[in-house]
Amino acid sequence: MGESVDMSDGEPAPRADAPRWEHFSHGADLGIRGLGATPAIAFEQAAVALCAAMVDPRDIRLEEPVEITLEAPALDLLLVDWLNAVTYEIATRRIIFGAFEVSISGTKLAARAFGEKISRERHAPAVEVKGATFTELAVREDRPGLWRAQCVIDV
Amino acid sequence: MDRRRFEKLSDNAWRVAPFGAMRVPAVIYASEDLLEEMDDKVFDQTTNVAMLPGIVEASYAMPDAHWGYGFPIGGVAAFDPQAGGVVSAGGVGFDISCGVRTHLTSLTREEVLSVQEELADALYALVPVGVGAEGEVVLDRAAMDAMLTGGARWALEQGFGNAKDLLGIEEGGCIEGAEPAAVSERAKERQRREMGTLGSGNHYLEVQEVKHIFDPATAAAYGLERGKCVLTIHCGSRGLGHQIGTEFLREMAVSAQSFGISLPDRELACAPINSELGQRYLGAMRAAINCALANREIVGHIAREVFARFFGKSELPLMFDVSHNTCKLETHRIGGKDRALFVHRKGATRALGPGSASLPEPFRQYGQPVLIGGSMGAGSYVLAGVEQSEDRAFSSACHGAGRRLSRHAATRAWSGRQIVDELRAKGIVVRSPSMRGVAEEAPGAYKDVGAVVDCAEAAGLARKVAYLAPLICIKG
Repeated sequence: MGESVDMSDGEPAPRADAPRWEHFSHGADLGIRGLGATPAIAFEQAAVALCAAMVDPRDIRLEEPVEITLEAPALDLLLVDWLNAVTYEIATRRIIFGAFEVSISGTKLAARAFGEKISRERHAPAVEVKGATFTELAVREDRPGLWRAQCVIDV
Repeated sequence: MDRRRFEKLSDNAWRVAPFGAMRVPAVIYASEDLLEEMDDKVFDQTTNVAMLPGIVEASYAMPDAHWGYGFPIGGVAAFDPQAGGVVSAGGVGFDISCGVRTHLTSLTREEVLSVQEELADALYALVPVGVGAEGEVVLDRAAMDAMLTGGARWALEQGFGNAKDLLGIEEGGCIEGAEPAAVSERAKERQRREMGTLGSGNHYLEVQEVKHIFDPATAAAYGLERGKCVLTIHCGSRGLGHQIGTEFLREMAVSAQSFGISLPDRELACAPINSELGQRYLGAMRAAINCALANREIVGHIAREVFARFFGKSELPLMFDVSHNTCKLETHRIGGKDRALFVHRKGATRALGPGSASLPEPFRQYGQPVLIGGSMGAGSYVLAGVEQSEDRAFSSACHGAGRRLSRHAATRAWSGRQIVDELRAKGIVVRSPSMRGVAEEAPGAYKDVGAVVDCAEAAGLARKVAYLAPLICIKG
């Protein structure tokens, strides 16, 4: 699993290609961002950032794998679909995820998500994610070997 | 925002003349202070909405407007289907028909305070709140479709609420034109175990004291009495509405070009009202409205049962139930002619003025109750629709205070425990599954709701009737 980086902390950045996730501010909702050496890693980290809106990922046991497959016409739409698929699995299975394995081929995605049943007592989940939006949506290579996958989620 | 970008219409109204692809002006209702506090995205989004096909009169933003996606939260816009008008999933939002209902009680503040902690515990134990909470009602396929068609009327048939409630719910508790077939199986699956749940984020259940009365005659007509307590519930269409918003936003964004619609922002995803996609969205969105109305009816029923344990049989009559995120077909008088328009209110309240046939008879001469949600410590307001609001913004008003700080900034500024303790010291008992959630929703993270409603009144959108101070807050 990657590490969280709070953008406004002014902390030294980790290695450029180290997988990590961030939250960024939005007026009412929350921005999520995954960073990594490949789009697939950036997608994994973006999903961790989504789950971290609800629960501290360090508190999640990686027990139940859930398979997710998707296809979308473009990479940025694939990110929205991916985050919405994770949201759907959380909502219907009452599972919170702490880690993901994603592979992307063109605009096809196959993934395994690892997590456990949500516990109100142990996880004390904060907000519920309603869905991923197109706001601040971007999947791009900021520099060679550093991919960013981000958008605002409605919470 | 820089007020030099606007033409000042009055102390509480600002106009942007059409430029670029704008078809109509943009009008923002705000005092100078509120305007200054709004982020620049409200300007961008309100002017972007003005570019959509078939928009009528103007693109409006309410005094509590803030950055949404596509439309600002607090955005109001009406579209004419006969002029190529569109319906926008982003113009309604993800939490379709999220809204507020207020029940009256005959209880005094002292009666509530005598059992304040125990009542809070019982409400928290029995009303499913927060992430992952499930309701006791689990819907099979037939029951789901019946709920989506019947709204609060369906809930009533299942034994929740009472028949008088329907008089106090918009649309009589059930909007016509819902199409369960237009709702995906995924949306239905997401809702299957979520009936009668509150949700999280800014959703809440509060026991409040009627602290101030601004308009005695209207307050009396609404049943509000100074010193008596009310019960207010803020929640919406839960997972079903979220999934419908997710799916249609994507579908509309992808297909906009095929309709010849040039979107200034992909979040303004929309489709012509008179298209298959537009009609399908309207059918699904109306089903979600019914889901929200049924959901609030069930939560209200659970709360009534809790109150009965403490205070004996009490009807807790419903004062009013009003939604904030909808698109409704309404008739408005434009240039001396009645026109059937699809009015989007995203984070805005319908605020019908006196005389409207759509209002319950006891309220008809006073105007529609407009319920302005607070944020734990900040209190809430009841306003009444006014006649001139028809000309101001298709009979619309604000819906809350509007955020001042992001969730990120709020968790930096406060801890949840600190907020709970501070509110306790002020006599407000908070129960929540998440201290982080409490911090994110700290009263200080919101604008001054008093300033927002003062502006709404001064701008002619609605008038103040009463102020409600919280005593118990169950926070999702």
